[in-house]
Amino acid sequence: MTTLLSVLLDASVYKPFATAAAALAPSFAVIGAAYGIGIIGKGAVESISRQPEAAGDIRASMIVTAAFIEGVTFFAIVVSLLILFL
Amino acid sequence: MSARYRFVIFISLLLVSFYIRANNNYPENTKGDSLNKNKNEATHEEDFNAGKMIIEHVLDSHEWHVMTIGDKPISLYLPVILYDNGKLNFFSSSKFQHGHSAYNGFKIEEKGKNKGKIVKTIGDTLETDTTAALPLDLSITKLTLSLFVSIFLLIIIFTSIARRYKKNPNSAPKGLQSMMEYLIIFIRDDVAKSSIGKNYEKYTPYLLSLFFFIFINNLLGLIPFFPGGANLTGNIAVTMILALFTFFITQFLGKKNYWKHIFNTPGVPWYMKFPIPIMPVIELIGLITKPFVLMVRLFANITAGHIIVLGFVSLILILGKISLGLGYGISVISVPLSIFMTFIELLVAFIQAYVFTLLTAFYFSAAVEEAHH
Repeated sequence: MTTLLSVLLDASVYKPFATAAAALAPSFAVIGAAYGIGIIGKGAVESISRQPEAAGDIRASMIVTAAFIEGVTFFAIVVSLLILFL
Repeated sequence: MSARYRFVIFISLLLVSFYIRANNNYPENTKGDSLNKNKNEATHEEDFNAGKMIIEHVLDSHEWHVMTIGDKPISLYLPVILYDNGKLNFFSSSKFQHGHSAYNGFKIEEKGKNKGKIVKTIGDTLETDTTAALPLDLSITKLTLSLFVSIFLLIIIFTSIARRYKKNPNSAPKGLQSMMEYLIIFIRDDVAKSSIGKNYEKYTPYLLSLFFFIFINNLLGLIPFFPGGANLTGNIAVTMILALFTFFITQFLGKKNYWKHIFNTPGVPWYMKFPIPIMPVIELIGLITKPFVLMVRLFANITAGHIIVLGFVSLILILGKISLGLGYGISVISVPLSIFMTFIELLVAFIQAYVFTLLTAFYFSAAVEEAHH
């Protein structure tokens, strides 16, 4: 006969909830990343329109900064992969 | 191509061909048959399992599945080299027969915390010897072979370019030289010179090697057939080693100014440093997280890209299982999506190599920068 405490202590009962959380987690991270990269894009396009000669430099900086933001987003994906597979 | 390169390529192909053999159906009387899987696994009529296929393509393994002709998979069975209590075991991984049999007291563990690794067995059976330690696994796996292939490729490309530069240094570049020259000058000027500044020549060999190593390996991972298609830079152990190189070189290059910025940051009030050293702890944590982020960024970008492309392709197979027409229909959408994703992966391959090299250059420049008053 199992008590409530022993059911709560049995971690594998929570596996479906963990899987659901791991499936939802990257979506929140991606919302933040998409917003950030959108702001970068807006700043980049506006500065190119103000000074078209600097377009090459601005484009390179935009791509590099977007790569940084994506790198941070991938942390969320790695954490959810850890939940699913470990 | 010169005679020497032709010879080297011929010898390597000869050595590789010894390991390729078609995999016939497993014999029914393997030892320790009680733990044998059901017959479904032995033939190739098993259901298509998308998750399993994707994970297999992304992880390391002891064999390299080159293609499947009809019903028979053709794989390259790589050697397994184990060092166990002073004895070196060397045998082909075909003796494991995909986990169905043990060989010489070793088998590939199927479940539990050692899943996928080689463990010792009790005697001749398939039972795992849980008291024994794992043998030291020095095998040539798929990723090791892919590493050798990319090293070979890099050496051929760059020694031939260097020889051309030495022979006629002032002529216009042509061929392979002109393709690589753009990238070399790009890294030298826009990454090394602009970040490090004065004596940047000392660091360009490492930065260039790093960039081309990551770039060529990312590209090789995108080629779907042998010898490409192994997910080398998407393995966290490989990216960890690259990040550790950056970390150790940065610490060795660190001048007095660099350490002063970490332990005694100028401009920060004294109470952040003296009784409880908050600022040095923050800076030290930053010291560790910077290479850690490099490692995770490269690993996650490359692996996620591979998983997405494989996911689109397996969408066709999954829906094709439900009904044939659905499979054909979804392939109209799925194939262009896969091609589009592969183009994005090409861009990501270059950008990730560039970002890794750029950040490494930033860390070097922070380490060698002189105090400016």
